Amino acid sequence: MATITLDKINKVYANGYHAIHDLDLDIADTEFLVLVGPSGCGKSTALRMIAGLEEISGGEMRIGDRVVNEVEPKDRDIAMVFQNYALYPHMSVYDNIGFALKLAKTPKAEADRRIREAARVLELEEQLKRKPAQLSGGQRQRVAMGRAIVRQPAAFLMDEPLSNLDAKLRVQMRAEIAGLQRELGVTTVYVTHDQVEAMTMGDRVAVLKDGHLQQVDTPQNLYDRPDNVFVAAFIGSPSMNLFEGVLTLGGGGQEGSLTLGSQTISIPEKVFEERPGLAAYDGKPLIYGIRPEDMEDASLASQPAEPHIHGEVSLVESLGAEILVHFGVDAVPVDSGDPDAVVELGDTAVVVARFSPRSPIRPRQTAAVAVNSERISFFDPSTRLAIWD
Amino acid sequence: MQPATVDNGASSSGSPSNRSRARAGLAFASPAVVLLTLFMVVPFGLAAVLSFTNRKLLSPLPTRWVGLDNYTDVLGDSGFWGALQNNLVFSAIVMPLQTGLALLLAVLVNQKLKGSVLFRTIYFVPITFSLSAASIIWLVLLNPSGMLNTVMEVVTFGAFAPDWLNDPSYTMAAVIIVSLWASVGFQMVILLAALQDVPKSLYEAAAVDGAGAWKRFRNVTVPGIRHQLFFVATITMILSFRLFDQVWIMPPRPGGPLDATNTIMVELVDTGFERGQIGKGSSIAVLFFLIVLFLTIFQRKFEPAD
Repeated sequence: MATITLDKINKVYANGYHAIHDLDLDIADTEFLVLVGPSGCGKSTALRMIAGLEEISGGEMRIGDRVVNEVEPKDRDIAMVFQNYALYPHMSVYDNIGFALKLAKTPKAEADRRIREAARVLELEEQLKRKPAQLSGGQRQRVAMGRAIVRQPAAFLMDEPLSNLDAKLRVQMRAEIAGLQRELGVTTVYVTHDQVEAMTMGDRVAVLKDGHLQQVDTPQNLYDRPDNVFVAAFIGSPSMNLFEGVLTLGGGGQEGSLTLGSQTISIPEKVFEERPGLAAYDGKPLIYGIRPEDMEDASLASQPAEPHIHGEVSLVESLGAEILVHFGVDAVPVDSGDPDAVVELGDTAVVVARFSPRSPIRPRQTAAVAVNSERISFFDPSTRLAIWD
Repeated sequence: MQPATVDNGASSSGSPSNRSRARAGLAFASPAVVLLTLFMVVPFGLAAVLSFTNRKLLSPLPTRWVGLDNYTDVLGDSGFWGALQNNLVFSAIVMPLQTGLALLLAVLVNQKLKGSVLFRTIYFVPITFSLSAASIIWLVLLNPSGMLNTVMEVVTFGAFAPDWLNDPSYTMAAVIIVSLWASVGFQMVILLAALQDVPKSLYEAAAVDGAGAWKRFRNVTVPGIRHQLFFVATITMILSFRLFDQVWIMPPRPGGPLDATNTIMVELVDTGFERGQIGKGSSIAVLFFLIVLFLTIFQRKFEPAD
């Protein structure tokens, strides 16, 4: 059990590529911290630096009270689960799980007890004599987990451990890993590009982009109060809809308004009272975002007084419990900076809204959409930082 | 065109597509089959037949059927047993030494260091020389006052500078050195390719699991390349049994001083061509084939399971 501290950690590769910039993270004892970000954001590099598989170019890394910058991986007392599991192909499941114990010269009886206990927890008792090639993907994943938990290490490091599993198994293993971690109480750093995994598993989530830490917070806070445009768009699926528009302040009993292309959305006075910072943007362009669930088919809206916007529906995706409605508006869309997201920039934006399945809307119809304008997020157009206060 | 059907082998009972597939297969195999038959199977078959005759290279007398006489002759000849012993000693030393050296070189040139490509090339270059050319180069190097001894005298303060090719105690050593130099590059390249196929994540997993460099080598590298190691050991054994060029060319006379480097191949060529006893030489060829076949089958018993 240990804390993990990253203090102004930098990674510069031999070819000059600066992969991680001044990364500060304080990971508490027994905490489950998820590092999330798009491909190439440096999350795996950061994890590999904690493991000792990647040299640290600058800054200080501590596990517990010990500075580990120059400590070999084998002496860091950490266990790692790899994306491809990295099971030793010529060893049985039993030997794979017990390899670290053998290297540590754990007494045979003690090692046997721990291997069998890990196998029991992971439901691998039947597979102990098999070789990795004879196992299913899910079983291999469990062996990789077993190899980690049998060590009783100071920390678990997991590098996209679920990305090679099919969707259903992934959801199941997600819950199992999170449950196991809580049961064992071992500090865990978990890397993923999947924001759903990040949200569901982490005590806290650290969002990285281009080697810069964007925000570290609890999943709910990341969702409710993102620090910037990137986090706002990255967390949540479907993504927050982002536009450029001009804000007109309300006050003294007057509602404000916000342009969405040629349409306007009225903004209740309450919003300006809660976020006085918005006063500085009166009559000026800014970036704002509406989450899909803050929109509803106007004919079904619980509050008919909510402002409506209109657009032609291009696609309706029925998910059973909800439907996702894609419709076009003539506003300027905003690129959040996520290299994995496809944003067609131009004068028309596609908006994705999450409607109740009772909505009768069909493609090529013009939708009237009620917007919960109290929940719109605003961002400065040049710094891209959120305006919450 | 008919869709290709899957031939399950049991019932190739002549649908047109099956027959055309079989014909295509034969056509593709035929160049190799023809050449192998012409230059391997037929000569060996002839040798097998000749080994039961008293055929001479040049003789006015007609060739006669002599049954097993040649074989009893050869097996009763101490020269043959001496040659076989030399072969076995040579293989027993060269097979592990060359496989081990190839592995060491492969691991070294597999390091991501500047110049590793240069060293790969240097170690591989001798493969492109013919063995006879290599033997002649080494003849010069191994001269009692040649380069090797000049270096040896300096580093051992004159204590060690043998007459490599005339002193029976050192001739075999000299042949082994040349053989290693001339062919280790081939095994190195095979093992290098195998090393590069071992997933990097296994090394990382082992490092995190607590393995140092040696434990990683033992538990990741060696198991990861065990099939190629076995292949290299087998091929080295077979090739080492064919030892000929070096022992024919380097010592003052073929077979070396006091027959120290006499080998079955030398016996064979000497009997068949120098002394013109084709029939007896053929029986040595057949015995040689049987010995190598037996050793290969025996070695296969140790092949690592998957």
